[in-house]
Amino acid sequence: MSEDKFTFTVDGIEIEATAGQTIIQACDAAGIYIPRLCYHPELEPAGHCRVCTCKINGRPSSACTMPAAHGIVVESNTPDLNADRRVLIEMLFVEGNHFCPSCEKSGNCELQALGYLLGMAGPTLPYLWPQRELDATHPDIFIDRNRCVLCSRCIRASQMVDGKSVFGFERRGIHVRLNIDADHLDETTIAAVDKAVHVCPVGCIVVKRTGYRTPYGHRTYDEAPIGSDIKARRGRRK
Amino acid sequence: MTETETRNIGVQANATTSASDAAAMIGEIVSAVHADRSRLMDIVQAVQHRFGYLSDETIRAIATHLGIHPVEVEDMSSFYAFLNRELKGRFHIRLSKTPISMMKGAAAVAEALSAATGAAIGATSSDGEFTLDWTNDIGMADQEPAALINGAVVTALTPNDAAPIVAALRQQQSENRIPLFPGSGVPGTGLAKAQIAKSLVKSGPIIFGSEAAAADGLRAALIRSPEDVIQMMTKAKLRGRGGAGFPTGLKWNLCRQSISDAHHVVCNADEGEPGTFKDRVLLTEIPDIVFDGMTIAGYALGARQGLVYLRGEYAYLWDRLQAVLQERRRLRLLGEKVCDHDGFDFEIRIQLGAGAYVCGEESALLDSLEGKRGAPRDRPPFPTDRGYLQQPTAVDNVETLACVTRIMEKGPEWFAGYGTRESTGTKLLSVSGDCSRPGIYEVPFGITVNDFLDLAGATNAAIVQMSGPSGQCLAPKDFGRQIAFEDLSTGGSVMVFGPERDVLDIARQFAEFFVEESCGWCTPCRVGTTLLRKNLEKIIDGRGTLADIAAMTALANTVTRMSRCGLGQTAPNPILTTMRNFPEAYEARLRPEPFLPAINLHEALATAIDVQGREPVAEEKRV
Repeated sequence: MSEDKFTFTVDGIEIEATAGQTIIQACDAAGIYIPRLCYHPELEPAGHCRVCTCKINGRPSSACTMPAAHGIVVESNTPDLNADRRVLIEMLFVEGNHFCPSCEKSGNCELQALGYLLGMAGPTLPYLWPQRELDATHPDIFIDRNRCVLCSRCIRASQMVDGKSVFGFERRGIHVRLNIDADHLDETTIAAVDKAVHVCPVGCIVVKRTGYRTPYGHRTYDEAPIGSDIKARRGRRK
Repeated sequence: MTETETRNIGVQANATTSASDAAAMIGEIVSAVHADRSRLMDIVQAVQHRFGYLSDETIRAIATHLGIHPVEVEDMSSFYAFLNRELKGRFHIRLSKTPISMMKGAAAVAEALSAATGAAIGATSSDGEFTLDWTNDIGMADQEPAALINGAVVTALTPNDAAPIVAALRQQQSENRIPLFPGSGVPGTGLAKAQIAKSLVKSGPIIFGSEAAAADGLRAALIRSPEDVIQMMTKAKLRGRGGAGFPTGLKWNLCRQSISDAHHVVCNADEGEPGTFKDRVLLTEIPDIVFDGMTIAGYALGARQGLVYLRGEYAYLWDRLQAVLQERRRLRLLGEKVCDHDGFDFEIRIQLGAGAYVCGEESALLDSLEGKRGAPRDRPPFPTDRGYLQQPTAVDNVETLACVTRIMEKGPEWFAGYGTRESTGTKLLSVSGDCSRPGIYEVPFGITVNDFLDLAGATNAAIVQMSGPSGQCLAPKDFGRQIAFEDLSTGGSVMVFGPERDVLDIARQFAEFFVEESCGWCTPCRVGTTLLRKNLEKIIDGRGTLADIAAMTALANTVTRMSRCGLGQTAPNPILTTMRNFPEAYEARLRPEPFLPAINLHEALATAIDVQGREPVAEEKRV
């Protein structure tokens, strides 16, 4: 083992990590899937959704922001943590207005896929039914804030990858909303090729005229549960 | 902000300011802070000061001058309760809304103010003179009902005060249109009710009991090595007074050992925990002792800069604190070669907040200091490694820094001679509510709740909210417990309620408080606080069942476990601790059915009933 390599355990499995990796990065590389929503491998972590919360040496922390360290003991796939994760997913469902049957993202939606993975039969929490705005002014892109989960992927991608800062948050608490850098989307510099448009985990930012290219039933999470790609890496390594 | 900066941005806009003049003024404001993005808080406050609010045009101008996007300015400025995105009345009255103010009659005062101003609560009067709003605790729990009027504080209000106050405000010159911001001279301080009564009821041996002259502690520190100074904090077993109780010596050591071009000392004066007002009293009565503590910390850490994060609600302290700092510069207690000590230069800047409880959380405070929304950070990295501007920073409470000065004056053994083994020294407690002597008490750690209640004249206490809503709601069975880190840890807020008060209503108000103060960054706190409030309201409304108790407990525990920062982790405490300590109050409201739906079906159908013009046919009557 070279100097900057070390090991730690996740649910009793010893995995190897490199200095500078977060827990989620090390686990992804090792083929151990920790459920997550706001984390995106090409963006800086932001720690919004808390779905990737693990017990690290007994203390709950988000795996996307916590650096891996030698000898730490991580618990992830436990009934208690998965129950808490399911509540978080339910919270996001009732916070917005998510109608899967009429959503063009259905089957490719990470929120929906996590609901299935974590065994969410139907929300047990009361719906908040917020009033949210749509913006279809742009010729190629529309935003449906009913489906926004405030993960900030678009904000981060626009700022760090596209160098545009088209998106930002506005207000605080339950009133936080996704804001754009103009009154309407067509007045911003956004383009359909931007990273910010393609990192949305749900159907909030959608490229027009692409929603039904792949029919329902043949989409990413119709074929295999979310996280299967990561788990497959472990299979290959063995 | 330095004196020059304050002067440069201290000019007021008048009604005839043209668009180009406005852009130029904003240019001046931005230049005054050297177009530094991290000073966005000062910039937006100055712009609001000049233009009354942050219009879309001014936000665009700020962004242009800083070379950033308007969406970034909106992201930050829409976060804070005291930054206005729309034009408010010439006088903005913010009434303190806490369980204490409500039981002292704040609702009647609000009604009277509404009648006198013609402004509904949450709205502006049609003549544009007054805006009336509720705001969360303003640090006046011993003198409620209290309000901020354009930043000036008025206390002990009664409904009869409304008409004379409003009449006096109407007489004031129009150039007094000054919402919150620094360096202006706050109008309204001439009002009859703008008298803050002296809050200090009982001095103790350490913080308020010292006979030492100003700067004695600082001079004592400067003849030692920085390592020695830190060692003395460790020896005194000093722990942070904000409530978390982290050992100060350890924090300073970690910060000092972290390698960087610069280190920072931050004084956390964002005293937002409802019921607390000790920092207001410290900064009013002995600000030099606090500034001495900051300077000692600066010396110990090798920092050249200290920052005070002063909550926006305390803007009226601004001029006085600036004068104290100016005097310290004159006495060479600040600036180059502090006290003629070669190689130790230290300056202190005050950053005014703008109404956000979460900024009392140290990492949210740091983001706010950097001119961002006050969202907490994930740790690690800890502030002692990467804090303000990603450089090593020690964030210490106002009271902790006062203790630092006293430890240097009289030594760690003397300090550790008070209190308990784990909790040395004294604690400032802010008492309010159903007691005859509300105010600040300096008591040794280890005092029992009972003994303390006797001191404060709370002879009939039935409920004690210890350490604010994020703390615990105690029943008499707990009054024998000790106030100390090893038992009942507290930032200092003690709210006392008599037997006639409704514990569930108190819990509801605190649940509401967390809904309003959640920053919204993470899911469990953002959504969970609202769901918890709804759940509790269902029970209070008499529609709750045992199933709701189980659901609320499970939800509360998830929010505690999964939230990102201390705010979310403690937001369920009002519900969890009242359920634990006052189960009979909940039982009394529960319905016997196994389950009742969250919505009232009849109310939900009201619109349809209205449209159809008839009541729905009941199930059993259908053929």
